[in-house]
Order: sequence, then structure tokens, then C-alpha cells
Amino acid sequence: MPFVPHTEEELWQMLDVIGVDSIEQLFDEIPGELRCGELQGLGPGLWEQEISRLMQGKARQDGQPLCFIGAGAYDHHIPAAVWQLASRGEYYTAYTPYQAEASQGTLQLLYEYQSMMTELMDMDVSNASLYDGASALAEAVLMAVRANRKSRSRRILVPANLHPHYRATVQTLVKNQGIELVEIPYDRSTGQTDLQALVQHTGQDLAALVVPQPNFFGVLENVDALTEWARANAALSIAVVNPLAMAVLRPPGEWGKQGADICCGDGQPLGAPLSSGGPYFGFLCSKQTLVRQMPGRIIGRTVDLDGKEGFALTLQAREQHIRRSKATSNICTNQGLMVTAATIHMSLIGADGLIRIAGRCHSNLQLLVEKLTSLDEIEPLFSGPVFHETVLRLPLEPQRVLRTLAAHNILGGYNLAKHYPELGNALLVCATENHNQGDMDKYRLKMEQVLTSRRQGACATMAKFD
Amino acid sequence: MDELIPRTQTLIMLIFEHSKSGRRAQAQAPMADDGLSGIPDDLKRKRKPRLPEVSEMQAVRHYTRLSQKNFSIDTQFYPLGSCTMKYNPRACNTLAMLPGLINRHPLAPDSHSQGFLSTMYELQEILKEVTGMSAVSLAPMAGAQGEFAGIAMIRAYHDALGDTGRTEILVPDAAHGTNPATAVMCGYKAREIPSKADGDVDMDALEAALGPQTAGIMLTNPSTLGVFERRIKEIAGRVHEAGGLLYYDGANLNAILGRVRPGDMGFDVIHMNLHKTFSTPHGGGGPGAGPVGVSKRLQPFLPIPMVGTDGHDYHWLSEEQCPQSIGRLSAFAGNAGILLRAYVYAKMLGAEGMQRVADYSTLNANYMLKRLMDAGFTAAYPQRRATHEFIITLKNEARELGINAMDFAKRLLDYGIHAPTTYFPLLVPECFLIEPTETEAKESLDAFIDAMIKIREEARTDAKRVRGAPYTLPVRRLDDVRAARELDLRWQAEEEEERA
Repeated sequence: MPFVPHTEEELWQMLDVIGVDSIEQLFDEIPGELRCGELQGLGPGLWEQEISRLMQGKARQDGQPLCFIGAGAYDHHIPAAVWQLASRGEYYTAYTPYQAEASQGTLQLLYEYQSMMTELMDMDVSNASLYDGASALAEAVLMAVRANRKSRSRRILVPANLHPHYRATVQTLVKNQGIELVEIPYDRSTGQTDLQALVQHTGQDLAALVVPQPNFFGVLENVDALTEWARANAALSIAVVNPLAMAVLRPPGEWGKQGADICCGDGQPLGAPLSSGGPYFGFLCSKQTLVRQMPGRIIGRTVDLDGKEGFALTLQAREQHIRRSKATSNICTNQGLMVTAATIHMSLIGADGLIRIAGRCHSNLQLLVEKLTSLDEIEPLFSGPVFHETVLRLPLEPQRVLRTLAAHNILGGYNLAKHYPELGNALLVCATENHNQGDMDKYRLKMEQVLTSRRQGACATMAKFD
Repeated sequence: MDELIPRTQTLIMLIFEHSKSGRRAQAQAPMADDGLSGIPDDLKRKRKPRLPEVSEMQAVRHYTRLSQKNFSIDTQFYPLGSCTMKYNPRACNTLAMLPGLINRHPLAPDSHSQGFLSTMYELQEILKEVTGMSAVSLAPMAGAQGEFAGIAMIRAYHDALGDTGRTEILVPDAAHGTNPATAVMCGYKAREIPSKADGDVDMDALEAALGPQTAGIMLTNPSTLGVFERRIKEIAGRVHEAGGLLYYDGANLNAILGRVRPGDMGFDVIHMNLHKTFSTPHGGGGPGAGPVGVSKRLQPFLPIPMVGTDGHDYHWLSEEQCPQSIGRLSAFAGNAGILLRAYVYAKMLGAEGMQRVADYSTLNANYMLKRLMDAGFTAAYPQRRATHEFIITLKNEARELGINAMDFAKRLLDYGIHAPTTYFPLLVPECFLIEPTETEAKESLDAFIDAMIKIREEARTDAKRVRGAPYTLPVRRLDDVRAARELDLRWQAEEEEERA
């Protein structure tokens, strides 16, 4: 066991102080029949070199493919300083800042994080983060139901072009509280939320409307119309946004005449590596009036005994460790380490940097679309404007295309067949600043080869039938 | 020692206050601004967000200096009860960040995922073995989400049987606040069960509470009182007879790792806190990971995704394979990078190492308890063995010397020791919940005890001084009332403040 420091001599000294003869005796209150024997199948412990070889092998197995998948997780450049700093033991191995005097580093950083998120979203307040974007939306939905005093219903309108995994997660997390999620269809030509379909709900008692920006298809929504519709119908508006896109797109605080009420999303594009889907972090911001309905940790600036400024957890009366069954949520931790990275990330890159990165993502997507649609029978599926992700229509099943591309170490995008079978051969592709001309040329070339071989294959098949 | 750090060196400066208009870390973004030619003007942002405008070095220096204002496991003894603040091996971090793993997209096809999927599958198997459960899902992103998944499964189980009259979850009064909050999130009423003077659950009260309305009970064993619930088999029997299920809160799994398994105690569902027992980082408050394990009857309801195998290749198990699942808990597959760290840790421990975790964490706790008692401090449960943690009550010191648990906690910070958990569990007055963990050497334990004795001596001569602690940290005690009344939750630019 590599992490126990006791020497043999210390062990005996300590047993002697306790007044027992063996460690075994320390477990004498546990009924004998409950003791397990030696654990099976775990094998002997490995030293660092052995586990390193093992993990290096596994990491190599997954290769380093050229990836054009987005679909909620985006491959961005992360400044070298971000994880060098976030991995410092003082951040990495501290815990929730219950002892404020001994946690001013984490607390100030979280206050800075809250400040940056409210700036980016143009909202009044931010919490110190939740688990991920999908679960943050579930918390936003619960928050809206609590906060909307004008509504007696627990109905939430959710557009079908919101990430399918977000919709599924929200369903899991809120269904036991009698909340009903009502799906709003999308416009088949633009890819945007269907305003005509929304009008059918006018005058109904609704708790909230969810507004994604961009939506799952990468398409930008008519956020003003949606936010205003919600307000006219006494429903709260919940924005679900990509934080990088907010550097260049109108942020939730500016939507409609008064802004969205709540906004949330996944902070992954701000310094979290792809890492198979996590850890990322969920962010949650709102108008000032809703702050007492917010779940999760919130940091406030205050003063100490000498009148000197400092930071502390605040509004704790909302939380489970104080309110127990009456808390706003059962959430205890946040994603502190990921927020540490995000705060450093935003500081290093700044507004101008984020604008340039967002611009590069957008222009790279345009270039990728240009290259791929220059091939016969590939075309954009929707007419709505896009940021760094879009849906292409292919002449054959995406599954077949993707498999062939993967064999050439290219992950060509996300197949929409499972969640949107009505779209036919639809492929969601994404570009970021991490792609260059060479990557896109390689993708185009391989795609061309796939299509050509299919045509030849089809001809060969036809020839056989002749 | 109080004069070591002049307080003038610790003036607060926010990153925003290092900002100068027009300055930026030029290497951290493309040289050119490509613009947004495909986006209509009315969707574009007009006013730039006021993020810091600093150089790379300014940012690095600012966040390095901020980090130095934290206590952490790497810098201090951190005996925070119920949180298992043990050493986080560096190898776990390095190996989870290998390029093939850190850059893997969550939706990458199985052909490019066998390394990752096989690791997740093996971790499921390891956790099954150490907990004695039939199946494990790694999906929950934290302990509280594991709790949610567990109670949601209990509900799905009763619903599947058409047994809809079960409306209550029983929770001992000593339980973590997350337990009752979770019950409510799953649509249940939380009903409290008192503990007896010896720390065990009051069986008569349990009997009286059980009935056709009982959906289940949530227990932590060892309990948050730092003692092992000796009648657990009897409790399991009674709850099962009443038609309820048993939920195991894995907060204290470190105490019994490799010694006793929740599955053998009769639990139907458990969550584990990998950031405690499996030494993944606490990260200043997350990310955690809260996998759930279940007995056979709850297996169909486990949250997705999970990893399966055909004996050769590994693949995801999702809605199609698990139609009765309670569903997804996150956009992808939970906190994968944390799961990787836990896997590395488990492989480094091996079977023997697991048991030594329980052995040495229990040894350390019992040693500290005995030494504190010998020094005249009061154990909350003196007739009981400590598990991996224990409680002392400082009510005598509060009465006789006028210094309470909070004063001891704050003064410990001056001695360079992170305070134990204070005022939890709520039923023990003026309490310290102390958990040293197995990775702490005897010297640290002795230093803690010496500090406690010294603080008590200080209080005898100058209680006011102790009540004013800490003195050596960047700030002294903070005004929490003001923090909540005059909400200041973000930096605001000067012109905005002037307007307001």
C-alpha cells in the first residue's frame, strides 16, 4: 500500500496508546458475520511505473483522431498556463471553502468567476457552478417553477432542437416532482424553433420557455421573439447558451426588451478538455430578483473583524446543509476545479481573445462547409444562420460514411439519425480554431473518396444485376 | 507566530483591477480577427464583455498568489470529518491527462474508444467487488447525484410493482443534509428517526415509523456519529419486511474498505464518493463522482450510460439496452476524467491496499481519540470504538472557558491545521467531527493534539485572544450577516457603480 506512512514501530506505539493488541481489535464492534474475506479479482497493487505503462497503452488504443464532432463538447485550444495553475495542489487538493479565512484563494477566484460570467451573459448574478450543462438546465427548470409566482402550472416548454441528451437529463431530474416538459417542434427549413407552433400555447398557464442559442443543429434562434413571447405569456425564459458564442452574440441579458430571466449552459468551451464528456461545469445566472431561488454555492464579498475586505459563502440558508428537506436543491459540491480553470482561461484570453477565437471557429466552419458542399450531393440542410456547427445532408447513410472515415482516423461528425430520423441522411459537423486548412482538405478528400467508391460500388452492383 | 505574516502584504486585488484597456495576452488568441460574416447584425453583440485585460504573466502571477491563500491537503493537515481529505496521488492526475484520454470526444465511436471503455468497465467491476453489489453505474457526477439516482431507483422499483402508496423515506437525525433534500427531489417526504445515546439508530422509533407508506431508509454506516451501526442486519430485515428498501450513503466507505461490504449488510443501493474513498481531488469543492451500486432487484433501473462487453470489445449500454433505466444524469457519461483517476488509484492499491485503507484510517482515528481523551477532552461516544472518524464535544470548554467549537476551529488555523468539521452532526453540541485518514503520519496527529491542548491553555489565560482568532491568515473572521444582507456577488466597473 503505497500511501500509508506508518512505520512498524509507530504502529505498535499507536496500538499501545489505544490499549489494543492489534488493528483487528479496532473492528471488534462489527459483527463477525459481516466481515468479508479477501477481495477477489482486484489483483496485487501496481507501482507507479506499472500503472503508467498500463494507462499509456489504453490511451494509445484510442488514438488521436481528427475530430469534427461537436454536439455539446467542443475541442478548443487551452492555454498552457490554465492547467499548470489549476493543478497546483492549493487549488487541486482544497475543499469547499467552509473555513473562509483559510480559503480566500478559492473564494476570491469564485467571486471573480461569478463576475466574469455575469459580464459574459450580461446577467445580474451567477452561482459558483453546477455539475454540467444538462443538469444545470434541470436546476434552472426547478428554479423557474419555484420562482414563477404568476404560474400555478408546472409546465415547461422545451424545443425539440435542444440537445437530446439535455432533454433526457432534465426529464430524469425533474419528473418525480410533477413537472411536465412539453415539446415545441422546429421549423424544417430554417432549423429554428417553430414560432407558429409556439403560438398554439399562447394564453396557457406555463412556468417557463427554454431558449437555446445556438440550438443543437448549430442554428441561431430568433431569441428576441422567443423571449418576448414568454414574457407576454407570463412564462419565465430560460436561456441555454454556448459561453464562447456569447462573446460575439447578443447575450441573454439583452434578449427582448428585458432580457432572459435565467441563463445556463455548459462551461466546457472555457478551458475544460474534452475528456470523454467530463468533468465539465454547468453555469447558472439569473436576474437579481431570483437570487434566493438559486441552487448551489454563491460567494459574496464582505468584511472581516478589522473591516478588511474578504470573501465568504453566502445565502447559505438556501442550501441542504442548513435547510435539509426545504433546500433549493440537494446539490452539495460544485465543479470547483473546472471553474478554477475557466476563470484563469477567461483572464488569459480576455474579451478580445474570445472574440477572435469565436471568429476563427465561425470562419473555419464556413470553410469546411464550402469544401464539403463542393462535393456532389452534399448540402446544408437548414437555412438559419449558424455559429461553429451545422447540419449537412449526405447522399448516403451517415453511419456508413462515418465508419469509413473513422477507419482513416477522421471522426466526421455526429449522426442525427437516432434522435431526428425525420431528417434523413443528416450529419452534424463542427469546426473550431483547432482545425486548419490541412485538416479540412483531408476531410474533404476522404469524403470524396467515400462518395466515389459508393458510386463505383453502386455501378458494380448494377452491373452484376444486368 | 501571529506576527509572521504582516497583514499589509495581503491587500485584496481583483484580477479586474490589474486590467488596462487595450492590454492582452497576445499569444492566447489568433493574430487576426476573422469577423462573423455569416451572422446577421441583429444577433451580434454590440458591447464587449468587461473581462480582465491582462498580460499572460499578470494572470499567472495573480492566480499563483491567490492559490497561496488556500489551505489544502498538499500544504496542511486537513482532518475534515466526513470528507476524507486524504493524499491525492500525483500519478492519478498525470495518467488521466494522457493525450489519448484527455482529447477523446465523448461521442467518439467505439472503434476509437476501446481504451477508455475498457477502463470504465474494469472500474465498474472493481466497485462491484469492493461494495458487494450486483451491478454498478458510474453515471452520477457527485455524491448528491448518486443519492438522487439511488432514491429515484427505489421509486422506479416501487412504481414498476404498482406499489404507489409508498410516500416516505426514513432518514436518521444524524444524516447529511443531502439525504432529506434528495428524498424531496425524488418526490418523497423525509421522515426523521432519532439516534440513541450510544449512537445507534433507535429501533423502537424505527419500528414505529415503518409501515406501508415506507419507500425506504437512507443510512450511512459507519454513521456520521463516527460509530458502526451494530444492528444493521436487524434494521435491514425490518425495513425489508415492511416492503421498503435500504439506501447506503457511501460517505464513510473509507472506514470499511476491504473489511465489510454494504452488499453483505443487506443494502439494496449505495453510492460511493470517489473523491473521498478513491482519492480523486476535492478541487476546491468538486468535481466529484458518485457511482451507484445495486442489488439484483434494482439492476434494471440503473442510470445510463454504462459500459458492457461481449467478452472481447466494449460498448456503451444506453436506452435501447436498459429500457427501465431511470435515465440520464448528464449530457455525456458523468465525470469521466475523475473516474479515470479513481481507476488508477484502485489499481495502485490492489486488494491488500484496499484493506489497509480501512485499517490505518481506523488506527489513526482511534489513536487521536485516545490521546484527546487522555488530555481531558470529551468524547461524544466514549464507550464506543472510533471508526475512521470520531466526535469530541467542546461543551465543557465552552461553559468553563468561554471558548466554543468555532473558537477552537479558528485558532487551529493559526497553528497551520485545517479545522475539523464543526457543528455537524447537529445533535452533538459544540462538536468536532475529526477524520485524520490513513495517509497522515503520526507526527501530524500529535501536532493536532498538541495544538488542541495549547489552545485550551491559551483560553485559560486569555480567552478573548482565542475568540479573536485567526490572526495569521489573509483575513480574520468575516461578517457573514453583512455578506447575506448587503449582497455583493460580483465586481462592477467603476462607471457602473457610480451610476448605481
